[in-house]
Amino acid sequence: MAKDMTEQDLTSDPKDKNLKQVAYYPGCALEGTGHAYNRSTKAVGKALGLELVEVKDWNCCGAMEVKNIDPQVQTYLSARNLTKTEEMGFDVVMAPCNGCYHNLKKAEYDLAHNPQAVEANERISAKAGHPAYQPGRVETIHALDWLKRAVGEKELARRTAGKLKGMKIANYYGCMYTRPRHIFPDKDQGAGSESTHAPHFMDDLLASAGAENVDFPLKTACCGGAHAMSDADTSTQLVLNILTTAEACGAEVIATECPTCHTSLEIHQLRAEKLLGRKTNVKILYFTQLLGMALGLSQRKVGVAENMADPRVYLKERGLR
Amino acid sequence: METPFPDILTRIDAGLERRVALPAPDELLAMGEQILEAWLAARGETPEAGDVDGFRLLALHRQGCKDMPSFNACRETCREIVFRRNVALAYGKEAQTAHRLEAMVVKHLALFVGGKLEQTGLGEFCCASRPLHAAGAA
Repeated sequence: MAKDMTEQDLTSDPKDKNLKQVAYYPGCALEGTGHAYNRSTKAVGKALGLELVEVKDWNCCGAMEVKNIDPQVQTYLSARNLTKTEEMGFDVVMAPCNGCYHNLKKAEYDLAHNPQAVEANERISAKAGHPAYQPGRVETIHALDWLKRAVGEKELARRTAGKLKGMKIANYYGCMYTRPRHIFPDKDQGAGSESTHAPHFMDDLLASAGAENVDFPLKTACCGGAHAMSDADTSTQLVLNILTTAEACGAEVIATECPTCHTSLEIHQLRAEKLLGRKTNVKILYFTQLLGMALGLSQRKVGVAENMADPRVYLKERGLR
Repeated sequence: METPFPDILTRIDAGLERRVALPAPDELLAMGEQILEAWLAARGETPEAGDVDGFRLLALHRQGCKDMPSFNACRETCREIVFRRNVALAYGKEAQTAHRLEAMVVKHLALFVGGKLEQTGLGEFCCASRPLHAAGAA
């Protein structure tokens, strides 16, 4: 928390007031294919009286590309963002993209446990002319943590008044939100904490807005997102299996919380229909788009028109305009 | 190298499309084991005979993760296969749905592991590509 609370800030009675105002690390995807996630995340925050302050001069987290070639350079790249966060006076940074969230958490872990990572981070930071990040100074959280901890289900239920009632949702978390377990020390801590083997924060938040979560067995399965270019056909088969399984579970909507997964699901839903003649009707929406509409925001404000597989008619039928 | 993936996928698809009966829950579980055995064989390892939590599938998964943490991306997939198999065998009304879901999850495992193997080596993609990049860099 960087500033004093205003009177308006306090109206939503947050569970964790430190999260009323946090640093925001959008990452590259949210400026590109994940723009609707960026837009809806900010809109939901604003509607709930939360403030996101974008990290100044942020850089790529190293994603998969750098990590595969030199993991220590990736650690440095992520650590630099934590340094930038700290320089702005924040001790919490929120990263809504699973890849970014994972990498920032991994940098935190590596710098606390791996002397080689520490040495590389100090060396490159010195060369770049800024202080090296020291572990323990900044907590990285996901958008799910942010809304769960800063607002909570009770307040969301009050604010949304069951607007998602009757909507059957398969919550899809993807493979990077919970793995590897050791870089997420806050998870698996008993009641109230997130689970690495059966994540439920998205389920909890959407249920508080009235949604009916279906029992979905592929909520953390691979979508093939990272090899969409090198092996698109396998990605299409993986996604088609996720979509058909969600439909078999009775889902009308797959809720996502990662721009890579979301884009992968949308692209390959279209590709499966075009190349394989396999049409699926399940709609794919960011959980922030769903929560935003449940809070009374318009489809436009949460970027629904930016989704590739157009869900607008379905949403209108559900009374979400 | 001959793999079990095409046969497994053909049989599951035929069952899901209701052209033939789905393989029985335990047969689907055995298919999951065959998939992981193929992964281990490609790595030059002998699949273990033991079990974890009473299931060989879970032991094979644990073995497959050694020196390859990214293989944990299918950990929950394996546990879901076991769970759906158990539900399919234990309950009447829910059995049919659980059985179909078990088949869909086995299919996902086949696609995920098959995709890794199809790209030769241990997967020129995604989180499993580091060894190949490292070899190239050297």
